[in-house]
Amino acid sequence: MVSESVDILNAFALLTNFIIVPAIAYGSQLALGALAVTLIYSIFRLSNFAQGDSMAFGTVMVILILALFQSDWANANFGAILPPYEFLSFVPTALYALPFAIGFTAIYLLVMDRLVYQHYRRIKAKAINMCMASMGVMFVTGGLVRIINGPERMTFDDGARFLFSVRDFKEFTGLTQGIAIKTSQFLTVTVAILLVAFLFYFLNKTKTGKSMRAYSDNEDLALLSGIDPAKVARTTWLIVAAFTAIAGTLYGLDKGFLPFQYHQLLLPIFASVIVGGIGSPMGAIVGAFVVSFSELLLTYAYKKFLIFLLPGYVPDSLVQLIGVEYKYAISFVILVVVLLIRPTGIFKGKVV
Amino acid sequence: MMNTINEMWTSHRTQISFTIMTAILLFVGFNQSWVLALGIFNLSVISSIMALGVNIQWGYAGLFNVGIMGFAALGGLSVVLISQQPVTDAIEAGGFNMLIALMLGVITVVVGVVLHNKKFNKWVVFASIFLGFFAMRYFFADASSAIEKVNPAGTGYLGGLGLPVLLSWVVGGFAAAGVAWGVGKITLGLRSDYLAIATLGISEIIIYVIKNEDWLSRGVKNVTGLPRPVPYELELQKTPWFQDWAHYFDVGLGEFSTLFVKLCYAGIFVSILIGLIIMANLALDSPWGRKVRAIRDNEVSAAAMGKNITRQHLQIFVIGSAIVGLAGAMLVTYNGLLNPTSYQPLRFTFLIWVMVIVGGSGNNLGSVIGAFIIWFLWIQAGPMGLWIAEVISNFAGEQSSIALFIEDRVHHLRLVFMGAIMLMVMRFTPGGILPEKNKEL
Repeated sequence: MVSESVDILNAFALLTNFIIVPAIAYGSQLALGALAVTLIYSIFRLSNFAQGDSMAFGTVMVILILALFQSDWANANFGAILPPYEFLSFVPTALYALPFAIGFTAIYLLVMDRLVYQHYRRIKAKAINMCMASMGVMFVTGGLVRIINGPERMTFDDGARFLFSVRDFKEFTGLTQGIAIKTSQFLTVTVAILLVAFLFYFLNKTKTGKSMRAYSDNEDLALLSGIDPAKVARTTWLIVAAFTAIAGTLYGLDKGFLPFQYHQLLLPIFASVIVGGIGSPMGAIVGAFVVSFSELLLTYAYKKFLIFLLPGYVPDSLVQLIGVEYKYAISFVILVVVLLIRPTGIFKGKVV
Repeated sequence: MMNTINEMWTSHRTQISFTIMTAILLFVGFNQSWVLALGIFNLSVISSIMALGVNIQWGYAGLFNVGIMGFAALGGLSVVLISQQPVTDAIEAGGFNMLIALMLGVITVVVGVVLHNKKFNKWVVFASIFLGFFAMRYFFADASSAIEKVNPAGTGYLGGLGLPVLLSWVVGGFAAAGVAWGVGKITLGLRSDYLAIATLGISEIIIYVIKNEDWLSRGVKNVTGLPRPVPYELELQKTPWFQDWAHYFDVGLGEFSTLFVKLCYAGIFVSILIGLIIMANLALDSPWGRKVRAIRDNEVSAAAMGKNITRQHLQIFVIGSAIVGLAGAMLVTYNGLLNPTSYQPLRFTFLIWVMVIVGGSGNNLGSVIGAFIIWFLWIQAGPMGLWIAEVISNFAGEQSSIALFIEDRVHHLRLVFMGAIMLMVMRFTPGGILPEKNKEL
C-alpha cells in the first residue's frame, strides 16, 4: 500500500520536473515576447515580424557586453565584476550586462522606427504594408545578429546551474524521482512577474501609461486632448526594448543562443498573442502559457509516468502524442483552432 | 542631357531594363563562362515564375504571403512522389498499413467536421478526433518504421508513382493550391495580417514534414537522381549527330553537352514563363482584372457594389500559390535532387519578396526583371564579399584577427544588403523599377 502511494508521488514528481517547471519557464519567456508584440500592435497597428530577431539582437548585445566585462582590459581597469552581496553569487553575470543591452536594443529599435516605420505612420499606410516593412527589418536584424555573433549555437550561462538539483530533492523527500529547478528557470519566472507587475502598474496608474492606452483606443481623440504621439511612440519602443532584450536573454540562459531558433520563436509568440486576443496584455500572458503547456504536454513521452502510475504495466512504445520535432506545429494548430472557433481570442482582442 | 535620358527611361522603362539585363548576362557569358551565364539565366527564370505567383497575390490583391518557401517545397515534394520509381520492397513492407493510417486520418477529419456541423456536443467531437488520432498513430508507427528499415542507405522510403516528370509539375501546382485553399479558407476574411502569420506557420510545418518523415521523402538523406524532361549529358556525348554539332561549333564535348542540357531547360522554362505572363496580363486587362484591382484599391466600395471580397481573395491566393508550387517543382527537377535543408526562409521567402518589390509590385514584367536583377546580385554578391575580405586582409595582414573575422562573417552581409534594398525601394520608389501601368480604372 505504501509503495503505491509513493509511486503516485513519484509519477507527479516526474511530471513536475519534465513538464510543469519547464513549461512555466518557457511560458514566461514567451509571455514577455508576446507582451512586446501586443504592445506594438496596440500602439502602431503593426504585427511585428521582427520580434524574434529583435530578441536575438538583445541577446547578442548581452553576449557582447559580457565579453567586454571579462576582457583583460576591463579586469585591468575596473577589476573583476563581482556580485555586491554573497547571496547573489548564483546570479549569472549576464544579468549585470542586461541593463546596458536594453539600452542598446532601445537605441536600435528607435533608429529602426525613425528610418522605417515612421514614414508609414505619416502617410497612414495600410497595416499590411507596415507588416511587410517589418519583414524587411526582420531580415536586416537577423543579418546583423549573424555578422556580430555568427550563426552557431553558443551558451553564456554562468553562476550556479541549479537552484536545487535532482539529488537535493531526492535526499530531502526520499523519492526516486527528483525535481530540479535551474537558476535560469527561477530567474525567468521572478523577472517575468516583476516586469509584468511593472507593466500593469505603468499602463494603469501613470500618466504616460494612461496616455498610451488612450492613444491605442482612439487615436484621433487622444491627439485632440493633447497627447504627443511622438512621446507615445518613444515610450512604447523603450518598453518593448526592455521586454525584448530580457525575453531573449532569459530564453538564451535557459536553452542556449541560436539565431535561427530565435527566428522560429515568432510562430509560438504570434500564436500566444492571437490565442489571448491581440492587443490585450493579459491575453498575451495567458496565451503564452496555453502555448507552452500544450507544447510540453503533447511532446512528452509518458512511458515512465505510466509505469509509475500503473504498476505491472510496461508500454511497448514511448507513449508520445507528437514528436518533439513538430513542437512548432502545435503552435500552428492552436492558432488555427482559435481562428476557427473564436477569432477574437480569449480576451476579446481587436480583429478589425 | 539628363532630361532626355530621364524622358527615355520613363517612356521605355521595360525595353531599357530588359536590354541592360541581357547585356549583363551576355557579358558574363563572354567574360566568365557560358555555363555560368546560362545557370544564372535558368534560375532567374524559375525565380521569375515564383515572383510572378507572389506578385499575383500581392500586386493584384494585397495578400501578404510569408510562406513562399512552403509552397515551393510542396512542389518539390510532388516531383519525388509523382515521378520517382516506386520502391516495391518498401511498399510490400509497410505500404498497406500506411494506406490504412492515411485513410484513418482522412476519416477522422471528415467525421470530426461532420459531427461538428451536425451540432454534436463538442466533447463528442473531441473524443472522436482523439480516438481517430490514436488509431492512426498505431498503424502509422508500424508502417513508417517498416518502410524506413528497407535498405535505409539506398532508399528507405516509398518512392513515387513513376509517372512522367512534367506531370509532377502540374501536380505540384495543385498540391500548393490545395494547401493555400485550406489556409486561405481559415484566415481570409479576418484581419489582413492573420494570413501572413498562418502562411509563416504552414510553410515551417511543411518543411518539418519533409525533413522528418523519412518514409515519405527520405528526410535529410535527400532524394537524388530525379528523372528529367531533357536528355542526359553522357547519352548525348555518345550520339553521332551531337558529336558532329560539337565539332561544328568547335566546343569541347563535355562543355557542349552541359550547355545543350541547360539550353533545353531554358527553352522549357521560358515557354512556361511566357505562357504565364500572357495569361496573367490578359486576366489583368479583363473585367476580372478590373474587379480585382477595384477590390484592392477600395475594399469598401467594391463590397458595396456587391463583390464578394473574401471569395475573390481566396481565388487569387490559390492561383498565386499554385504558380509558386509549379516553380518549386521546376526548381527541384532542374537541380535533380530534393534537399530539405536547402529550404531556407531567406532564399525562398525573402529573396522572392525582394524581387517582387524591386521589380514593381502589380506589374508582371516587373517581377521578371526584379527576379533577374536580384538573383544576379545574389550570385555575384558572394565573390564581391570575398573580394572585400581580401582587400581588408591585404591591409590588416593575412592572419590578423580582424581579417579572419570578416572572412568568416562577410557572407551574412548579403542579408542586411538585400533587406536594405527592399526597405529603400518600399520607402522611396514604392512602384519599383517597372511601376504598375494602369493605376486608374
